[in-house]
Amino acid sequence: MRSGFLHAPMSGYRNNPRAIRALVRPDSVHRDVYRNAELFDLEMEQLWPNTWIYVGHDSQVPAAGDFYSTQLGREPVIMIRGGDAQVRVLPNRCAHKGTRLVSAVHGKCAGGLLRCPYHGWTYRLDGSLRTVPLKSGYEGTGFETAQAARGLPSIACVNYRGFVFARLAPEGPDFHEYFGESLSSIDNMVDRSPQGRLEVAGGVLRFLHDCNWKMYVENLNDAMHPMVAHESSAGTAKRLWSNAAPGTPTPMVIEQFAPFVNEYDFFEKMGVKVYENGHSYTGVHFSIHSKYSSVGGYEQAMVAAYGEERARRILGEVRHNTVYYPSLTIKGAIQAIRVARPLAVDKTLIESWTFRLVGAPDELLARTTTYSRLINAPTSIVGHDDLHCYRSIQEGLASSSNEWVSLHRNYSGAESRGFSGTYGATNEVPMRGQHQAWAKFMTLGMASP
Amino acid sequence: MSTVSSAAALAEFVYREARLLDEKRFDEWYELFTDDARYWMPLTRGQPDAETHTSLFYEDKLLLKVRIERLRHPNAYSQQQPSFCQHVLQQPALESSDPAAGVFVMRTPFVYVETQLDTQIVLAGVAYHNLIHRDDALRIRLKKIELLNCDAALPAIQMLL
Repeated sequence: MRSGFLHAPMSGYRNNPRAIRALVRPDSVHRDVYRNAELFDLEMEQLWPNTWIYVGHDSQVPAAGDFYSTQLGREPVIMIRGGDAQVRVLPNRCAHKGTRLVSAVHGKCAGGLLRCPYHGWTYRLDGSLRTVPLKSGYEGTGFETAQAARGLPSIACVNYRGFVFARLAPEGPDFHEYFGESLSSIDNMVDRSPQGRLEVAGGVLRFLHDCNWKMYVENLNDAMHPMVAHESSAGTAKRLWSNAAPGTPTPMVIEQFAPFVNEYDFFEKMGVKVYENGHSYTGVHFSIHSKYSSVGGYEQAMVAAYGEERARRILGEVRHNTVYYPSLTIKGAIQAIRVARPLAVDKTLIESWTFRLVGAPDELLARTTTYSRLINAPTSIVGHDDLHCYRSIQEGLASSSNEWVSLHRNYSGAESRGFSGTYGATNEVPMRGQHQAWAKFMTLGMASP
Repeated sequence: MSTVSSAAALAEFVYREARLLDEKRFDEWYELFTDDARYWMPLTRGQPDAETHTSLFYEDKLLLKVRIERLRHPNAYSQQQPSFCQHVLQQPALESSDPAAGVFVMRTPFVYVETQLDTQIVLAGVAYHNLIHRDDALRIRLKKIELLNCDAALPAIQMLL
């Protein structure tokens, strides 16, 4: 068994699925998954294309010709609504020389066409090539058989209740097979609108993290860190508020901060539900969001829309964080999502988006924007606590004293037969499940040696 | 116009406020604010409010107190290696005023540098101080900071602008 300082870092992962799989053990993971630049390249070439990556929300493109541009891994893409009202995901790359067709984050195509700013090639909203200036120059050149003549190739995408996901690889897992029952968290988030509809609202926080993307995603279902990492921030808020005169109404910010420093028992008992393919959610039975004050008029609107029993069932689900592995994490109970956009092996952009529940009072939007500011902003003291830990892992793992990251907490050999189930939330099973999914989708397209 | 709210005194107040932050004299800084004050850094240009839109900062005195106390908490690990900041201010200008009501708004373009060992970030923007002259002293009712690159992907900002 390899141990101690006397070996070189693992390398040579390209075309080497066996070496990639060897990085993930049932109870631990090799540090290279967080630190090796070649593995990061392979994640962008394999893991991201082989899985369903969140692109955006369809409310960002409400009308025909509206677009939103972003990146899926390293791939520049456009999410665009067609004349047929369908939302598509297209490469943001002119079929001719590669110019990005749009450069604004949000915008509207003039005249219902995408027009390249360089040579004026135009495309219909479904990506098909419409016109090329001075087309006679292509006669007899064989152009019509070139890929360029076919316009923008379509990317597999699914609009699930407003959430648009894409799978870059032409072959791969079916959307519903990939996410399975974990989609119930999106259902609950959308059902919380009396009209069953969400709208992106309140802006997007974009916070640069000097760490590998996995540290962030793992942390979303890590119930063992809040009482330690957030003692200085949430703990201080709770302590200061404890000096308030008895009977003073608790401000929203205290309602939001204080549960971060609940006891271990609280976090253990909230429960974590784990699915195959790396998906999971904490807060099966209750969560840090359970005790927020009710907002006047909201419950009545829900009962009017869904009936007493169903409304109570929807609002009774107060899930904490759901991880849609690898890129999306959502907080359905407060209508906020966080998207991990990997930039380099040690650099990740975290985008935090908030939503309006259509038909619900705006106080609920104010609650989610407050939460997002307190927790997800580059200025957030809770965010500073977390980021410090991620950066410290990124740097600490440079130590050759131990190449393996322990994920033993509550490990059971039964996991070799599958991860699906409900566990105590301090269990590290969500991370083990994520890394098994990582090995699977990293090597999906590689021939076994 | 009394000396407390003379043009020179208003500018001097703004300079001193930045200096207290740079010197980490947080308790003195905290006392500059009225009890109902807000410290606001919007997330977008022309952002109308901080309720239905997320901000980078929107802090009342309770949240400012939490922030200050956290900075000196022994387990604020992100400050185990401490951060420092430096404001460089353009001369504060009187943007608007209602002297009868003792209300003055100062506009101050600035450059802000924050450093933590080998990492340094530089930000720029315009600060607006809504000041009130009461009981022979100036107090801040609103400090609004319009960050030039508020829409950028930003690294951690750990000190106060």
